Amino acid sequence: MDFFPTKSQKRSMYDVVGVEDLFSDVPGRFICEKDLLGPPMSEIETRRHVEGILSKNVDVTSYKGGGAYDHYVPAHVQQIAARNEFYTSYTPYQPEISQGMLQALYEYQSLMSSIIEMPIVNASMYDWSTALGEAALMCNRANGGTEFIIPEFTSPERKAVLRSYSENVGITILEATHNPETGQIDVDGLSDIMTRQCGGVYIENPSYLGFFEESVDEISRLAHDNGSLFVVGVDPLSCGIVKGPGSYGADIVIGEASHLGNPINFGGPLLGLMAVNDDRKLVRTMPGRLIGLTEDLDGRPSYVMTLQTREQHIRREKATSNICTNESLCALSCAAYISSLGKRGFVDLAKALFSNASYAYDKIGALEGYKAPVHDSVHFREFAVRHPKSLDRVEHLLNEHAITGGIPVDGRTSIYCITDKHTKAGIDALVDVLGGL
Amino acid sequence: MYRQASGEWDLRRYSSEGKRGYVPIDGFGHPPELPMALRRDAMPEIPELSEIDVVRHYISLSQMNFGVDNGFYPLGSCTMKYNPKICELLAMNYSASSHHPLDPQWSVKGNIEIMGRLSELLAVISGMDYVTLQPAAGAQGEFLGAKMISAYHKDRGEARDEMIVPDTAHGTNPASAAMAGYRIVEVPSGVDGQIDTEALEACISDRTAGLMLTNPNTLGIFEAKIGEISELVHGAGGLLYYDGANLNALLGRVRPGDMGFDIVHFNLHKTFSTPHGGGGPGAGAIGVKSYLKGYLPSPMVASEGESYVFRHDLSPKIQKIRAYHGNFAIILRAYAYLVSLGYGIRDVSELSVLNANYLLHRLKEHFDVPFLASTPLRKHEFVISCERIRKDTGVTALDFARRLLDFGHHAPTVYFPLIVKEALMIEPTETESRSTLDSFVDAMIKVKEECYRDPDLVKNAPYSTSRRKIDVVKAVREPKLSWMMEGKG
Repeated sequence: MDFFPTKSQKRSMYDVVGVEDLFSDVPGRFICEKDLLGPPMSEIETRRHVEGILSKNVDVTSYKGGGAYDHYVPAHVQQIAARNEFYTSYTPYQPEISQGMLQALYEYQSLMSSIIEMPIVNASMYDWSTALGEAALMCNRANGGTEFIIPEFTSPERKAVLRSYSENVGITILEATHNPETGQIDVDGLSDIMTRQCGGVYIENPSYLGFFEESVDEISRLAHDNGSLFVVGVDPLSCGIVKGPGSYGADIVIGEASHLGNPINFGGPLLGLMAVNDDRKLVRTMPGRLIGLTEDLDGRPSYVMTLQTREQHIRREKATSNICTNESLCALSCAAYISSLGKRGFVDLAKALFSNASYAYDKIGALEGYKAPVHDSVHFREFAVRHPKSLDRVEHLLNEHAITGGIPVDGRTSIYCITDKHTKAGIDALVDVLGGL
Repeated sequence: MYRQASGEWDLRRYSSEGKRGYVPIDGFGHPPELPMALRRDAMPEIPELSEIDVVRHYISLSQMNFGVDNGFYPLGSCTMKYNPKICELLAMNYSASSHHPLDPQWSVKGNIEIMGRLSELLAVISGMDYVTLQPAAGAQGEFLGAKMISAYHKDRGEARDEMIVPDTAHGTNPASAAMAGYRIVEVPSGVDGQIDTEALEACISDRTAGLMLTNPNTLGIFEAKIGEISELVHGAGGLLYYDGANLNALLGRVRPGDMGFDIVHFNLHKTFSTPHGGGGPGAGAIGVKSYLKGYLPSPMVASEGESYVFRHDLSPKIQKIRAYHGNFAIILRAYAYLVSLGYGIRDVSELSVLNANYLLHRLKEHFDVPFLASTPLRKHEFVISCERIRKDTGVTALDFARRLLDFGHHAPTVYFPLIVKEALMIEPTETESRSTLDSFVDAMIKVKEECYRDPDLVKNAPYSTSRRKIDVVKAVREPKLSWMMEGKG
């Protein structure tokens, strides 16, 4: 199959160019004469071939979350993101002809800003984990701090990525302990490890273990009194029922937003959230694209990429980040999804997950030998379960019923996640299977 | 003449209380009370709209946007080729797109196989031994590559803190290397638009960790001295990194691995035709020679008999560069594209180079093309300079680019590479026909005439797009970055 214009024109174009060998500038020893791939496939062959491979997947009901959440995407949102004018465009370097994408990204920034109560949201990072890495770099740039504190219970994915982002530039990662009963961050312990070198204090709310951190005001004060920045990681959907981190003093907010309007896609692409306060110094250290509202020659409202002197195409090695291609289309879907829910729908969805997770942990916790939730705190939509037997045996049993359980924490504990795809009947079936362990 | 829709749309305009465009699920549990300290005082300011309000709003916005499916998009270095629709359709596959990345491997064998097969094809195409699909974008691949170079030297007990980058390099190269802790040493281009090897030699020392190189470079010129460059860098103990942004020019004909590169990144959204999504998602991938295998992040995909598995047990030196496995939805499209082309990938490079040289040949009598005398051939793209036009008429490259929009063509990349004054960087790609290229040539010549006849006409362009020339200075001076900030001064 080919996707090219007619080959009959080739000859005439060669004649215009007047060169027969377009690769004569490549030394002969680097020219590869042999065919590297097999024969082309027609469209229908391609489809059969790829669908044949994908048919080896097996549908399972999954209770895994941890930063990637499998939510339903309404049909109209999927169709909006499939508009050719959007998805076949690129970074809006020429704003006059790219107003559609620019405005959609500005709406994403605005909607998210209102949800997390922060004035400035960028037009996307790759995912939560890289947003965390970039946040650590930002803190270092903003105040020179060489230490960055995170909760000891953070997603292993995020921890590993944070290490990758911070290790080459001399940032040390410290971990704050938690209260074993409630799971809440041990504020005194945090205070003890906070030195003058601390550039930023990072918490997640809800935590990786699913509950809300209740000492946010105290931690915020501690960080600020120390001259450190306060960084908060969120599932923005939780802000349908709890305060946005902007209201309790966050300087930088990061998180994951792909589940608001995008399929989970086996973990990629995701949609990294990154927001800062309206602090000029902080904004100038921020990575990623920012869309701003301005005017055109006729005074009409117009959108542009702005504050670009932070970015790699202008500042090169002095840029705040190397990010170029981001996750714009996911941000557009997110804006379309959130505006479809509306304020009431957004709150209702958050409430429904809050409610349905409680249904699940109440029922699992009532089973003989189980503890759910493990931590005595208020959980949003994820919660740890301690099983009476090893996770290997639990998972084996669940798999027999086309279910896969939570993300492992230790040999008997895993974190379950409830999304809007989980039904009451489905949770009942999960509980039945767990009860038979 | 081209004419784009030009409305003024505001999501908030149609909002009225109680409207819903999507009704979420109901709750069925008995949740606890929320802690007082966390209760939200006011609901977020989200407009309330019906489904049709939302659909019309975004359809209206889409009509104020321009993609490859609207017209010619010769944005240099971005490889804006046609995105085959079969790849889009396959990426919607429900089973592929609805799995959690940590679901048990037996349930996602198909997804893992796609990743395994694509990794193998990319290794073959690039002449490398192993490939990871984890990086989220090309720049992230560069960052991973720079980290690999750092870890490699560290393991050998060598303190090398300098990364060499040509003055024609993409901005991401120095930015990525700096994030990996490197000091950047810039090597100048010679009079032929290629790396000046004498200058390179002068840059190289025992502090040199490596050289990041795009080949063909951003002038569209093949770095023909690559053999010598490779010997210089390797001879000094450095590694050679290939920025794959321009791989389209060489696809199926010249392999980075054969030219001596140790690490290669691929931009799946450029070379392998996955859509650019208005800025993303794209996907990177990194290929390495066997001696760097231990630096590839986890999990690796390995073949096991007939099937493929994730290997989590290899404890690599760099564990992860982003969460999970990579931008799978993009990986899937790229795989479909590659298998449908098969050995036809050789046509990709030939036609992309033919199209670029055809355009160059037709434009060179009207425009200044730097380095043409010493290097007449280009690969997939080329750069012209509007410096003379600016001197004569006051019209800048950016003005020129904006005027092209009125002819229904997206503008070329402007002001890049930095070594060319008033640069326009033009990459037609292989999917454009001669008639499209001819209409672009006509527009270029027309705009040049306008520059001399009526420069203000060009300086005040565009006229046919959804907005006239936009005030970017105001956007910086009075930043309004969200609805929340609109009310403020």
